Amino acid sequence: MTALPETTAKKLGLVIDLDTCVGCQACATSCKEWNAGGYSAPLSDIDPYGADPHGTWLNRVHGFEVGEGTNSRSVHFPRSCLHCEEPACVTVCPTGASYKRMEDGIVLVDPDTCIGCKLCSWACPYGAREYDYIDGVMKKCTLCVDRIYNKTLAEDDRVPACVRACPTSARHFGDLSDPESDVSKLVADRQGYQLLPEMGFNPTNRYLPPRDRRDKQMDLAEHLSQGAFAPATGTRPTSPPENETNVTERFFRWADKMLTR
Amino acid sequence: MHPAYSVIFFTTLSGAGYGLLSWLALGLLVGTLSPGAIEGFIALGLGLVLVTTGLLASALHLGRPERALKAFAEWRTSWLSREGVLAVVTYIPATLLGLLWFALDPHDISYLLLAALLAVGAIATVWCTGMIYASLPTIRAWNHGLVTPVYIVLSLSTGGLFLIVIRGFAQTTSSAEILFVLALLLVSWGAKTTYWSSINRAQKNWTAGAATGLGHLGKVRLLEQPHSQANYVMREMGYDIARKHADKLRQISSATLFVLPIFCLLFMLAVPNAFGILAAIVALISAAVGVFMERWLFFAEAQHVVTLYYGAQTA
Repeated sequence: MTALPETTAKKLGLVIDLDTCVGCQACATSCKEWNAGGYSAPLSDIDPYGADPHGTWLNRVHGFEVGEGTNSRSVHFPRSCLHCEEPACVTVCPTGASYKRMEDGIVLVDPDTCIGCKLCSWACPYGAREYDYIDGVMKKCTLCVDRIYNKTLAEDDRVPACVRACPTSARHFGDLSDPESDVSKLVADRQGYQLLPEMGFNPTNRYLPPRDRRDKQMDLAEHLSQGAFAPATGTRPTSPPENETNVTERFFRWADKMLTR
Repeated sequence: MHPAYSVIFFTTLSGAGYGLLSWLALGLLVGTLSPGAIEGFIALGLGLVLVTTGLLASALHLGRPERALKAFAEWRTSWLSREGVLAVVTYIPATLLGLLWFALDPHDISYLLLAALLAVGAIATVWCTGMIYASLPTIRAWNHGLVTPVYIVLSLSTGGLFLIVIRGFAQTTSSAEILFVLALLLVSWGAKTTYWSSINRAQKNWTAGAATGLGHLGKVRLLEQPHSQANYVMREMGYDIARKHADKLRQISSATLFVLPIFCLLFMLAVPNAFGILAAIVALISAAVGVFMERWLFFAEAQHVVTLYYGAQTA
């Protein structure tokens, strides 16, 4: 049934921090690794060792340059299905293979019903859906539906593979319909935004904008007065002066220095 | 958008087929054709062959053609599903008319009901084809008020040229029919030309800055693509044709789809002689080439919003 549910009990989604993402591709590769063996299997690759290797990926990291000259910066931009509240990819589907779950809002494709007409990928402005040329059906992010409720996994692992893999905690998973959830608070604190809200599909996922550059946060004189550019060693204001320490304290200071390297 | 040959063949062939079936049905309704006439039977048969060939071509576009029947399920929300349902429904009056063609009594007008159902079904099916494209806000050139009307008038124009050729062979050429097809070709030409100049002028309001939500920080440029080689999204949605080439192809398409057939039909009207059938065939072949190019351009010139994530500045 491709008619959309009027409401969903939860709105599970991702919050992606463009400030801390370093573009390491760990989310994309762990997504590929998990999903090539899970709900979306197979995630076919074509010509993997040849001249034109390409394949089906559910999560991709783009790199953008934003701004001009000394004001420019790189922004790593992970992009996957945003699990829209009003997804056109679902309503255009002729077979009912595409659907939005009432219980958690996840948008899924039933691989046994999909006929591979590709119309859903035309309807999506975000490029979230990728056709599997070998499997003949459409693939998309499942929000790791086969992980997040999986009681055979340790509790820590019951999050999407991309979130679990992110080394900089740039990816957060939770219920965006609950204003008290960690993800909702994060969105409120950091002015998280939707992609292309004007399109009218009301994406669930949110992006946290890059923070202002440090030289914009305070001016240079302020930086200098705060010792921002002073050598890092031996001037930590929390360290007690050298001559006031005994052997134990000096040992701990040495250990602290070693451990924080 | 990638111009897939399966979809081009589907929309042009079944478009002409439904156009031909519409002319047949309208002919029955207004009385220029009567049941039992051989040219009507040929028109019905050829219409069904064109429609069926087109539908089979569209199945080739599917990744899982063996599951094609599942596409009838979601007619409540999906224009593609509606098109499938109406295509099948339209077979019913068409097949009944075909089976009863030589048995029908021209004085018993109950067959007019079948003709009316056929005309409505054929035109509604083409309407749905157009709406599949016109309902997508992600593709500016398709989300346009003229897309569906152009599908319908081109379907009737190309179907009408088939009818004129059949009439020519049966030596029952009707000047009124030629005049109507001529008028439709002129309307199609006007609509298509208006559409082309309208998409030329269209403001490309979607930007890479809006797509990423980073526009407030400055100009947004793609620094690196996610992967070294083009992926499905880029292959399917990232097709790009140079404006210079598109302009040239538009001119060739206009000349073959509109100018030459219009000239041929005018010739038939002015000089009703044995060359008429030749002129009709030239018009049909020329329009076939032209409508194929028109449909190819319909895809090739359409830019998808997703290209903003892959290097396009505006869409």
